[in-house]
Amino acid sequence: MCLGIPGEVVELMAGHEDLAMVSVEGVQRAVNIGLLRDEGVTDLRPGDWVLIHVGFALSKIDEAEAKASLDWLTGVGDAYTDELRALAASDIT
Amino acid sequence: MRYVDEFRDAATARALSTRIAALCEPGRRYKFMEVCGGHTHTIYKHGLEDYLPETISLVHGPGCPVCVIPMGRVDDAIAIAEQPDVIMTSFGDMMRVPGGRGSFFDSKAAGADIRMVYSPLDALKIARKNPDKRVVFMAIGMETTAPSTAMTVLRAASEELENFSIFCNHVMIIPAIKAILDSPDLRLDGFIGPGHVSTVIGCRPYEYVARDYGKPLVCSGFEPLDILESVYRLMVQVAEGRCEVENQYARVVPWAGNPKALQVIGEVMELRPHFEWRGLGFISHSALRVRARYSAFDAERIFDVPGVRVADPKACQCGEVLKGVLKPWECKVFGTACTPETPIGTCMVSSEGACAAYYNFGRFSRDRVREATRS
Repeated sequence: MCLGIPGEVVELMAGHEDLAMVSVEGVQRAVNIGLLRDEGVTDLRPGDWVLIHVGFALSKIDEAEAKASLDWLTGVGDAYTDELRALAASDIT
Repeated sequence: MRYVDEFRDAATARALSTRIAALCEPGRRYKFMEVCGGHTHTIYKHGLEDYLPETISLVHGPGCPVCVIPMGRVDDAIAIAEQPDVIMTSFGDMMRVPGGRGSFFDSKAAGADIRMVYSPLDALKIARKNPDKRVVFMAIGMETTAPSTAMTVLRAASEELENFSIFCNHVMIIPAIKAILDSPDLRLDGFIGPGHVSTVIGCRPYEYVARDYGKPLVCSGFEPLDILESVYRLMVQVAEGRCEVENQYARVVPWAGNPKALQVIGEVMELRPHFEWRGLGFISHSALRVRARYSAFDAERIFDVPGVRVADPKACQCGEVLKGVLKPWECKVFGTACTPETPIGTCMVSSEGACAAYYNFGRFSRDRVREATRS
C-alpha cells in the first residue's frame, strides 16, 4: 500500500477521461490519472513514466528514476511481489 | 540506468561516509529520525548505520500508517464488517493487524465477508456489482493514499452509488512530527523527511520544523545513497548552524507537492479534532474524517461503531519503537513472542514496520560491512 510502483503510459483511454493504460513490468493495467490532471487537462503522453499508488498515478517521473525505483522495489522482496499480485488482480475500469 | 549505477556505487557511499565523519564534532552525539517506513527498510536492508560514525544514530519514526492504527479502530472496522450484508474491503497490509478481538483475517475465518483490494476503486467496483450489499472500504494511509480515497468518494458521489462508504482512518505526518518534537523523551538533531508523502504535500509544510523547533529536515529518496546524502546534508546544516528544509528527492518531489491531490483531499475530508495513534496517544488535528456534505459515504455515520479505546498489550513496546525511544531489538518480545508470523505489535506486521524490517534484514554487523567495504 505504501509502495510507489513505476509504470510507462501506453495510451490515454478514449471514453475514460481519468484512465490511462500503463505498462507495469510488462503487464498492461488501467490506472487512474485524475490526480495528474488539472482543470481537466493532462500533459501525460504515451512513453511517460508515472509512480502508481493504489491504482492512481501520483507523480510523473523520468525513465532513470523509474528504473531506480524498480531496482529498489525488487530489493523489497515479498511486499513488492504481493503488491504486484494485487495490482494484477485489480480492475478499476 | 544512471541512478541505479550511482546508487550501487560503493565508492560513492564510502566517500560520503568519510565526508560525514569529517563533520562530526569530537565528543558530540547526533540523532536523526527517519520518518518514513520505506527509509527504515533501506537502512536495515543495506546496513546503512554501518557507513556512519558510531556517534551518529538513526532512529525510526512513526511513518508507517499500518503501524500507527490503534487497536480500537481495528475492532471498530471488524464490528462494521460483522454487520448484515456488509462486504468490508481492505488493503492486504491491514489484514493481519491485531485489534483487541483479533484481526481482519480472524474475522474473515469466522465468516465475515472481508476482501483484499489493491485500490479503493476496486472496492467501488465491488459495490457496483453487488447492489444488494453494503460495501465499506477500510481507508488507511497517510497523505500518499488519502487523495486516492477522496477521488473514489467523488466518483461514488458522481455515480450516486448508495451502497458504498469508507471507514476513514487517514492520518497526517505533520502533526505526528510535531508530537515527537514536543515529546520530552527524545532529543533529535534533525529529520530525514518522507519521500512519497512529500510528493503530495510538498516541502513547505515542514518549514515549521526548522523555523519553530530549530531542526533541519531533508526530504529524501529511498536508495541507500539518497539516505547517506540526506544524512550528509543534515550534518552540513548542523555544522554550519543552519536549520532549513531541503529537498534531496527533487527528481520526484515538487516543492509545492501535488495541488490537485491536496484539493481533492480538502473537498472530501476535514480534520478530526483528535485521533489516537498507536504508541503516540491522542494527537490533535492529526487525522481526517469525511466532510458532512459526503456523509452518505461515511461508514462512521452509517453504521453503529463501538468507538472503544483498547490499550495495547502490556508486553508490546511498539509505542517506544514508533517514537524512536527504543530500537526494535530492545523490545522485550522482539523475535521471541513477537515475529512476522505471529505479530503482537503492528511494527512487526507491516513489512515497512521497523521491527519487521530489522527482523528480516538486521543481520548486518558494523564489522562485517567495514570489512566488505575495505576490500
